[in-house]
Amino acid sequence: MLTVEGLRSRYGRIEVLHGIDLHVDSGEIVTVVGANGAGKTTLLRCLSGVQPVSAGTITFRGEPLASVPAYRRLARGLAQSPEGRQIFTNLTVEENLRLGAFLYSDERVEKDMEDAFQMFPILKQKRNLAAGGLSGGQQQMLAMARALMGRPSCLLLDEPSMGLAPIIVQQIFDVVSGLKALGVTVLLVEQNAFGALKIADRGYVMETGQITMQGPAEELIADPRIREAYLGI
Amino acid sequence: MSELLQFLFSGLTVGAVYALVALGFTIIYNASDVVNFAQGEFVMLGGMVTWFAHAAGLPLPLAALVAILATAALGVAINKLAIEPARGAPVVSLIIITIGASVFLQGAAQLVFDKQIHSFPAFSGDTPLRIGGATIQPQSLWVIGGALVVFAGLWLFFTRTLLGRAVLATSNNRLAAQLVGINTNFVMTLSFALSAGIGALAGVLATPITLTAYSVGIGFALKGFAGAMLGGMGNPKGALAGGFLIGLIEALTAGYLSSTYKEAAAFVVILLVLFFMPQGLFGRKSTERV
Repeated sequence: MLTVEGLRSRYGRIEVLHGIDLHVDSGEIVTVVGANGAGKTTLLRCLSGVQPVSAGTITFRGEPLASVPAYRRLARGLAQSPEGRQIFTNLTVEENLRLGAFLYSDERVEKDMEDAFQMFPILKQKRNLAAGGLSGGQQQMLAMARALMGRPSCLLLDEPSMGLAPIIVQQIFDVVSGLKALGVTVLLVEQNAFGALKIADRGYVMETGQITMQGPAEELIADPRIREAYLGI
Repeated sequence: MSELLQFLFSGLTVGAVYALVALGFTIIYNASDVVNFAQGEFVMLGGMVTWFAHAAGLPLPLAALVAILATAALGVAINKLAIEPARGAPVVSLIIITIGASVFLQGAAQLVFDKQIHSFPAFSGDTPLRIGGATIQPQSLWVIGGALVVFAGLWLFFTRTLLGRAVLATSNNRLAAQLVGINTNFVMTLSFALSAGIGALAGVLATPITLTAYSVGIGFALKGFAGAMLGGMGNPKGALAGGFLIGLIEALTAGYLSSTYKEAAAFVVILLVLFFMPQGLFGRKSTERV
């Protein structure tokens, strides 16, 4: 579904992605784990089109994405729940969700919103409140729900567990693994390597702008180098 | 009593013009957090282009339409040529760019048109209407009606339409707006076109009363800005109320004190309001958790 080949990207003169190759097949949950500053977020920003690519190709559902501006990629089926949640803080929870379905104005919008409320009941209670007043965990739920309102076939999730209490992290990861049943393919970027690998089918390990290891998630969890470097076991 | 009524009429008339300018500020501010100081030049162009098109033989309504469309196109051009290339610059830099655009437009108008003061006939004649011992020009009703109609339109746009919500979303978080599929460049273009068109409309409506010349823009911009700040920047309700309040304060001061103090009085009130309510009269306090 998503294929990345030789992807390079730079901030000014400093290259931060040195040729990334990865692929995500339809229906998979794939995770990219790695330490802070490894380039994971830059990778996702390249995929969603808000970060310039200096070399390499991104192919999504058989078509190259290079010339597709960021705001058109959701219509192709590629949604991103960005790092730091990036919700619309001055709008209400419901308005945030409605804007998630900005591309659509059919009856399914209502139904999708009900589904989102079912997925995250707390959002229904707070639907008429300004999103900026939500707690961190609620904002993360809203960011994910908003991305799903855009009816993606592939969801890019950037650090959904960042800064959240363990019980909320568990709830978020449960929802992510449930996306499979909804037919949404997931590319999950995480520092929380253990949590991410537990729900993923395959994983990539990223270090300073390169993929250093890859394989089925259960193999990576069992790998002594991973256990030492990322899982602290 | 009839004296007070007379002052109120004149305050409402000039206040309606300020309100229209303030509404123009609101749109661009809502889309980009930028205060567009070229807003007053749009008002000037509305009047000047209408006068010249009318003098060239076009009937007045058509000349006014030409002026509004031409000014809207110019607003788009300013966005494309001056604001968009500076994407990523701090908001303060963008505001300074709009001041530059304002100076440029004023200079260009002086060359393209002339340095004379112009006016054109009022839309519904010059016979004043008598109400309760005071008189009001029919053109005043046009200006006040125009401000109310534009306000209602904008209020519906921002609160009831998805596109209006998209404009608010763009200013709140441009990255997220793109990720949900909003073409943020288009939103900016749209808001500059709307804002310039509304400014020009203010110029068209006001010129039979206030007269126009290449240099009138800056005065409108300052008063409209004051109105928008007074009401709470970004809020159409605030822009409307703030514009009318500034007009009323000016007219009452000019009537009961001296017209020398009318501008000072308006600015003193603004200072007091902003000192005690920095968000303006209708501005909401923003609370954010991270």
